[in-house]
Amino acid sequence: MSVTATINGLEVTVPEGTSILEAARQVQVRIPTLCKHQDLFPSSACGLCIVKTGTGKKMPRACATALEEGMDITTHDAELTEVRRATLELILSNHPNACQTCGRNGDCELQDRAGEFGIRQDYLPRRVTDLPCDDSTGSLILDFSKCIKCGRCVQVCQEVQNVWALSFLDRGINTRMAPAGDITLAESPCIRCGQCSAHCPTGAIVENDETATVWEALRDPGKICTVQIAPSVRVALGEAFGLPPGTNLTGKIYSALRRLGFKAIFDTTFAADLTIIEEASEFVARFVEGKGELPLITSCCPAWVDYLEKNFSDLIPLFSTAKSPQQMLGALAKTYYPEKTGLPADQIYQVSIMPCTAKKYELERTEEMQSSGRPDVDVVLTTREFARMIKQSGVDFLNLPDEKADSLLGEYSGAGLIFGNTGGVMEAALRTAFNKVTGENLPPEGINITPVRGLEGIKTATIPVADTKVRVAVAHGLANVENLLLQVREARDQNKPPPWHFIEVMACPGGCIGGGGQPYGVCNEVRQKRMQGLLDTDEKMALRFSHENPEILQVYDEFLGEPLTGKAHELLHTSYQPRPIYQK
Amino acid sequence: MEAATLPPLEEMDETTRDEIETSVAKWKDAEGNLIMILHEIQNRHGYVPRASSLLLAREMNIPLARIYEVLTFYHYFRLVPQGDHNITVCNGTACYLKGSGRLLSELEKQLGIKDGETTEDRMFHLETVRCIGCCGMAPALVVDKKTIGKNSPMDIPPILEKIRQQEKTHEDQ
Repeated sequence: MSVTATINGLEVTVPEGTSILEAARQVQVRIPTLCKHQDLFPSSACGLCIVKTGTGKKMPRACATALEEGMDITTHDAELTEVRRATLELILSNHPNACQTCGRNGDCELQDRAGEFGIRQDYLPRRVTDLPCDDSTGSLILDFSKCIKCGRCVQVCQEVQNVWALSFLDRGINTRMAPAGDITLAESPCIRCGQCSAHCPTGAIVENDETATVWEALRDPGKICTVQIAPSVRVALGEAFGLPPGTNLTGKIYSALRRLGFKAIFDTTFAADLTIIEEASEFVARFVEGKGELPLITSCCPAWVDYLEKNFSDLIPLFSTAKSPQQMLGALAKTYYPEKTGLPADQIYQVSIMPCTAKKYELERTEEMQSSGRPDVDVVLTTREFARMIKQSGVDFLNLPDEKADSLLGEYSGAGLIFGNTGGVMEAALRTAFNKVTGENLPPEGINITPVRGLEGIKTATIPVADTKVRVAVAHGLANVENLLLQVREARDQNKPPPWHFIEVMACPGGCIGGGGQPYGVCNEVRQKRMQGLLDTDEKMALRFSHENPEILQVYDEFLGEPLTGKAHELLHTSYQPRPIYQK
Repeated sequence: MEAATLPPLEEMDETTRDEIETSVAKWKDAEGNLIMILHEIQNRHGYVPRASSLLLAREMNIPLARIYEVLTFYHYFRLVPQGDHNITVCNGTACYLKGSGRLLSELEKQLGIKDGETTEDRMFHLETVRCIGCCGMAPALVVDKKTIGKNSPMDIPPILEKIRQQEKTHEDQ
């Protein structure tokens, strides 16, 4: 069923149940909002999206009101603008006047609205909460005073991620988004995925900015600064410079990093290939040789690892013991790299640029993150921090020449690149596992494993490998994971064959391209474009199998030996442990 | 949400566990059961201890965050034990106009705590309510369930002193 109505005199026909807000977009009308996010249900919290429906004097909220047949909607007139401005002034009256020192300065939805409505003075006295900031996680900073109670963070934490670290406590003026019982975020079920920060319209939840630490390291003569950059950063960073999502800026990023002063530029994508070699070997050992339990579950995502350790610790034996690409690269940057170059190992400093706030936590997750004898990675910057750093540096980023990464730890395959997408780790692993089982590569028409691609929350497929069939499942957005795990647990408890042989999980919707540290404004349209950016590059590459990456072959040959054993085991694998959901 | 792993809590004794299990079994299929169970817990302890909430989350298979959203939404529920002596300042319209604000300030000053808080030695708990229906006695206080009318800030020190003396005598015996 569809309904037809007019919005500002323009006829619009939409499916029944479409909100006025959505319907208005179809006739190029933008209604201002602060609380509604495309990923989330409307909460009707902010009151900016009021409209007139042509009947009665009420002004319903466009986000939470369905368009009805024959409605005559007015979205903008002098009166609506006046009411919206008054609403905005009320919101500002509980918000600190501190834009210049805010983590969202220049990239804030509230600041934008205040600018658009031309608010030039405080009409109401400001009453701002004096609750202290929560910086307990080292990944995220919660500043309660900047919260406008839109509810996005709570909804994304509870409904999209099923983490329930954040909740709305108290009521009225005292309402705050905080963990149950006002404990710190680090003591709560928080997995540091940062989706709260990616959805927050203001500076109430921001990443812990560590750009100063990196600048300091760069000018320290006692440090040899090296850097790695994750697959998904290259297709999102451009957004911070006005480019469309999905624009692949790899060459300019390398170039910018050199100008910032890094002595060696590595690519996390190289280590993604390495992860695939280890993980595919692990899969073959479990699937073909029966060494270890199935399904094998991927563990590259530290937020997901934390979630499983807290909520499904009985399934730890199913986890791949392979470290994430970030940690593998860090381990090699501090062992193999100095060995090859003769540089002093104790002076190597490793910076990692990630789409992710949880990666900041991963550095210290277990002792194995110091497999080189020192922290394998010293500091993590999110894409947002990296964009800021480029802007501070005076580099004219968009006009930089394209450069290449350093050899040794810089060459990568298309398989490694798609690691940034949901389904990408699975696809890359299957490409290599197929080769390990059959001794042959997938035929050209079979390289794209499309059933595991796309934004569907749970994707399952059966992939023929030689004369067997591999059942795989892919989930992203942690609310989609529980169902899979319950099925796995049930089968195991009843001694039945596992429903799947291989499961990939990424905490954030869309995978790393939708990570909590990526540029603001994420929604499915943006995720789709970022994913396409990686897929297009993979498609064009000559090298599309991790096991054919010449630098990977070289590092095994010269340094690591065989997958899963000896040095590879020591440097590239980790362990997991049950952790309490609440520490208090 | 799987609430399987609980933190090691010393308070989580046998009795607490029994209480929760009994309450959950009793209200299992009733609509709005969470609130009923929380009421039972509070009636038993005078507040809702965190250990009880953690156990309840596991028994009912609901997130702790949901329980705290309910607990903090309703003014009725307490998260900390009250003091031995409860002082309530009426903030209804009549009392407000007759200067309940000054009474509250004086109490806060004398006790070194804010509205809704309990002194460190747990001797006093201070809170405000909207109207206790004794407008003729404005500004009114309720001290340990006894209503005292027509107060001024100067009346506060003797009231507190009297309670302290009682406690002291009690201790000496």
